[in-house]
Amino acid sequence: MKKTKQNKPVKSSLTKRSIQKFMKNRLAIVGLIGLFLLLTACICAPLLTSYDPGFIDLTQKSLPMSAEHPLGTDRLGRDLLARVLYGGRWSLLIGIAASLGTNLLAAILGCVSGYYGGKVDRTLVTVQEFMSLFPTTLIFILLAGITGRSINIVLAIWILTGWGGTMRIVRSRILSLKQEPFVESCRANGISSFSIMFHHMVPNTMGPIILNVTMNVGGYVLSEAGLTYLGIGLPADIPTWGNILNGAKRMDILLNEPLLWMVPGAAILLLTLSINFFGDGLRDALDSTTK
Amino acid sequence: MAEKDYILKVDDLKTEFKVGKRVVHAVNGVSFNVERGKILCIVGESGCGKSQTVHSILQLLAENGYIAGGSVEYFKKGANKPQVLSSYSRNSKKIRAIRGKEIAMIFQDPMSTLNPVYTVGRQIMEMLLKHERISKKEAKARIMQLLNDLEIPTPEVRYDQYPHEFSGGMKQRIMVAIAMICNPDILIADEPTTALDVTIQAQILDLIRKMQQEHGTSVIFITHNMGVVAEIADDVAVMYMGRIVEQGTVKQVFTNPQHPYTKALMRSVPVMGMDKARALDTIEGTTPDASTVFHGCEFADRCTYATEACFNRFPIDTIIEDGHRVRCLLFEEGEQNAE
Repeated sequence: MKKTKQNKPVKSSLTKRSIQKFMKNRLAIVGLIGLFLLLTACICAPLLTSYDPGFIDLTQKSLPMSAEHPLGTDRLGRDLLARVLYGGRWSLLIGIAASLGTNLLAAILGCVSGYYGGKVDRTLVTVQEFMSLFPTTLIFILLAGITGRSINIVLAIWILTGWGGTMRIVRSRILSLKQEPFVESCRANGISSFSIMFHHMVPNTMGPIILNVTMNVGGYVLSEAGLTYLGIGLPADIPTWGNILNGAKRMDILLNEPLLWMVPGAAILLLTLSINFFGDGLRDALDSTTK
Repeated sequence: MAEKDYILKVDDLKTEFKVGKRVVHAVNGVSFNVERGKILCIVGESGCGKSQTVHSILQLLAENGYIAGGSVEYFKKGANKPQVLSSYSRNSKKIRAIRGKEIAMIFQDPMSTLNPVYTVGRQIMEMLLKHERISKKEAKARIMQLLNDLEIPTPEVRYDQYPHEFSGGMKQRIMVAIAMICNPDILIADEPTTALDVTIQAQILDLIRKMQQEHGTSVIFITHNMGVVAEIADDVAVMYMGRIVEQGTVKQVFTNPQHPYTKALMRSVPVMGMDKARALDTIEGTTPDASTVFHGCEFADRCTYATEACFNRFPIDTIIEDGHRVRCLLFEEGEQNAE
């Protein structure tokens, strides 16, 4: 009747197993390193360059690469390296904020929708479907014209329109979790609906949520660049990667000063690729059903 | 005769489910009482309404289910007025204060009744902190004590482990721990041993019995295993098609089964030392669908003693002797020895 004496049960480590699984994925490691390098470069921007990204020096305009200006300067004499590094801070910050906001809202709505079902569910799913076919760009164009461009408005629009994907995933997970005996057991033990939803069910959907948060950061950085490039995203005084690109869209710059668009372009490419590789690895590591 | 000390009175409980436009009568006027500190076993085939009866007690029915009639009264120790559980709404604060604290429940499948993302210690702790105002340190000490009582080896290691690191039997012990941690008055065990293998079954039964005796808990034990009933029950209620067909003390029902269904059930259980050549008896036919409409006794179709009247008239409870009731027409007319 007694359990084996020699093998004492060891303290578990699900985390350790996930990390091991992640480490085996080469592409994911590449993504992680790329992400790490970009993040440190942006965070440590003041150490890497002594220039102010907004400082205009008309005597130094359109310089090629040199020891003084490693990536040259733009048409207003601003140092490109400083602009890309400090711009990365903004781009990443906006991407992360938008992604966290969107997914937080999505998790709450998805959970409520799946748990309560019925009318609440039907309403939320209909709203979600409407959102997913509504052209977001149109809202940006309209608002850029009406209220002018601002970070808050861009973030608000992203969060209010972007929750559909994660919400659907969370909702379907909650629907299947609702049938799990442990949820019934929670109810039988007198735990409130709120606690069942957010303490017991949501942690069980954390895998896909974490994955979406990561992937969406890349997506939002990309769409920030796209919108700002078109001139309907963020205000021009914030040096995001999109704004740097926007400043380089004239034909003569495209032809004669390729660094001005290649560098921020490469930064965006590197970031989104890294995030996607990293996210893929993360999904495999977090998913306990795949080996 | 002195009035017995009842802790739970279920009177003419009716539970229905709406399936599309049809109404399925899962529980059809079930009445039983649970005595303080005793074990009541509810026996019956799959789908006879055993689980729905106890789910109704705690208002845990699925969303399309509802209590259509009858009452459930809970007599808390020291309180002079009963709490009418059947009048509380599904998720009200009142019923939540009862669940887990006064009436706890153990489920059939231990493999999935624990939340996979939290350590078991944390899950037991959650229950305790929810219903009682004590510090985390005290709570942990109490949990350790209980895990020890439940014969879980190395409880201090087990406390920090996740459910997937437990075997089925160990998980069921944890479920017993979660149910017993607040010292409930009534423990409802919904086929707690069905998913376990036989040796583990015996251990869990012993534990439930031990807990029941140490804490004076009343137990409602649902099972379809007659052997389990014989082992632990004080009182037995036999259910068929959402009704109790026979109830009494374990002695009354086992030594003197009266209802043809109970008799048939008894005959279909293998007994140690029985003639090897003899085939086990079975009950002819299958359980009718729960939505079938009856005009007479639900068991008449499969009953070897059925008469014309059985198909046309509903039987009512007949008292055979003190505490022993049978719901069968044969006894209403006084034909006690139908064999």
